[in-house]
Amino acid sequence: MSSYSITAPSSRQKWIAGTIVILYALITITPLVWIIATGFKSGPDSISYPPKVLFQPTLEGYVNLFTTRTRANAEDLAAMPPPETWYEQVVRDNGMVIAGPSRYGERFLNSVIIGFGSTFLSVFLGTLAAYAFSRFKIPLKDDLLFFILSTRMMPPIAVAIPIFLMFRTLGLSDTHLGMILLYTAVNISLAVWLLKGFIDEIPREYEEAALIDGYTRFQAFYKVVLPQAATGIASTAIFCLIFAWNEYAFAVLLTSGTAQTAPPFIPTIIGVGGKDWPAVAAGATLFLLPVMVFTILLRKHLLRGITFGAVRK
Amino acid sequence: MAEVSLRKASKSFGKDIALADVTMTVPDGSFVVLLGPTGAGKTTTLRLISGLERPDSGDILINGRSVLGATPAQRDVAMVFQQYSLYPHMSVRDNLAFPLRSPILKTPEDEIRRKVAEVAEVLRISGKLDNKATTLSGGEMQRVSIGRALVRNPSIYLMDEPLSSLDAKLRADLRVELKSIQADLGATFLYVTHDQIEAMTMATHIGVLDRGRLVQFGSPRDIYENPVSLYVASRLGIPRLNVLPASVFGGAPYGAMTIGLRPEHISQGVGKPASVTRVEHLGDQTRLHLSLEGHDIVTLTDVHTGLEPGDHIAIQPHNPLFFDAGGARIA
Repeated sequence: MSSYSITAPSSRQKWIAGTIVILYALITITPLVWIIATGFKSGPDSISYPPKVLFQPTLEGYVNLFTTRTRANAEDLAAMPPPETWYEQVVRDNGMVIAGPSRYGERFLNSVIIGFGSTFLSVFLGTLAAYAFSRFKIPLKDDLLFFILSTRMMPPIAVAIPIFLMFRTLGLSDTHLGMILLYTAVNISLAVWLLKGFIDEIPREYEEAALIDGYTRFQAFYKVVLPQAATGIASTAIFCLIFAWNEYAFAVLLTSGTAQTAPPFIPTIIGVGGKDWPAVAAGATLFLLPVMVFTILLRKHLLRGITFGAVRK
Repeated sequence: MAEVSLRKASKSFGKDIALADVTMTVPDGSFVVLLGPTGAGKTTTLRLISGLERPDSGDILINGRSVLGATPAQRDVAMVFQQYSLYPHMSVRDNLAFPLRSPILKTPEDEIRRKVAEVAEVLRISGKLDNKATTLSGGEMQRVSIGRALVRNPSIYLMDEPLSSLDAKLRADLRVELKSIQADLGATFLYVTHDQIEAMTMATHIGVLDRGRLVQFGSPRDIYENPVSLYVASRLGIPRLNVLPASVFGGAPYGAMTIGLRPEHISQGVGKPASVTRVEHLGDQTRLHLSLEGHDIVTLTDVHTGLEPGDHIAIQPHNPLFFDAGGARIA
């Protein structure tokens, strides 16, 4: 069977594989390209039919994303002193004036705080728990592990109402702490299970050697286990961040002001002053960046994380 | 350096008895070798002394003081594991320095540098100090592993088949090296091996374990010449001890069921006729495979022997070992 052969693939096989990869890439990249392009379109261009592939790029969407504006009539506009900044110019060209900054910046910062905060907490707690499950004799270990996994056996949103009531009673509604705790609770099972797998693969002998070399159990964990679990920790962190970053349903339900994250905020742009698709697209584009950067930074680990266990060292 | 003792130490893993009531003293400055097949409890003994396992019952003493309540770090033991256990994320140098940097030893950096260089020299890994541990060959890894123990000056060195993964020449060199280090330092060693030459040449004492029990403890010569049982007698000897029914040659003491013949226990020229089945020339010795009344016997003969398969030769036992039905030595 050629598919099991370990010889180099033939040029025909390479050609077929290449075509499939390119097709798949095109399909997955198209929406992304569309969002990024729309962010640079003018309002009319963004809704023109047939859709415009070539267009005059403008920063209108980005300016609208970060500002609130009011319409002004032509006489008032003419009577105003000339605009001081390029973005004021952009707004005035559309017959409007800037009324103030939008809330996108704050919402974005909330996303960063809540996303990275819960990722850190999930990975931190997950690593400690996974180490304990991997190394120590724990009564009912298998049952506990199953219990932890079972928290993911239903969609989290199924318990939205109990959580909503709980948060209200505890005063956690619309707080950063509340959202961090919630996302951590959802992510922790994934973190424990993923990391337990990684830590199981690290031979105990390393820690035993460190114990004999004069270190305590915690020092051995810190100096010997953690560096070797770096791959697992990095890939777990990416999965946790992606969930917390993109989460929409709970964010809509539990946040409205102080702690509102970007996902529930972006659609609200649609309601303010008509369907401003370029601003929505601009918001989405900027929102993609942190996870993209984070993933690229940890890419090497992520790849190893996905193929982990496939190749024995 | 210190004297290390086990007092009626027992350890089970679930239903498997790993060690049963073992009482043994490793005297200060001695080199004790543990012999026994896989599962006899050799590694468990090392792990109990190091503190990686706790005995179910019994006591472990270092310098006369019970260490049951002490962590491995507090016991101040060095251990070389059977599988290389180098820290893969560190360089060879950092691996060697790791025990010296521990919070217990807190060695100054210039002394660490000196000791690491010294040990690397002895183990011939000086050129590899800045390599990552994972880039070494198996033999080099094992040498670093030994080096990580040797940089310290612990109460006892515990070594679990440290030379087993090395090639023959390096093994011979390091055997001599380890023995001279031990003699120079006056260090206490507890050493597990399957290798007879290691056991005979390095040990001041040998302990033989059988399914978790210490069946004999004594000098290498004592274990070789005066084994208490067929089991102990079979642990040592190259070629292996020949085991035959006691009746084959006659003259066996009352109760003897089997006779144990080491190759040197067989005199040639007189006695019962045996046929030669194989002749193996090893260079420094020649092994003769014989068949006597359907029993296979291996003995040694003149290096330049003219014997060939099919020839006949008369043999008789000379100071053989006799064992009863249970394998206990009776004469």
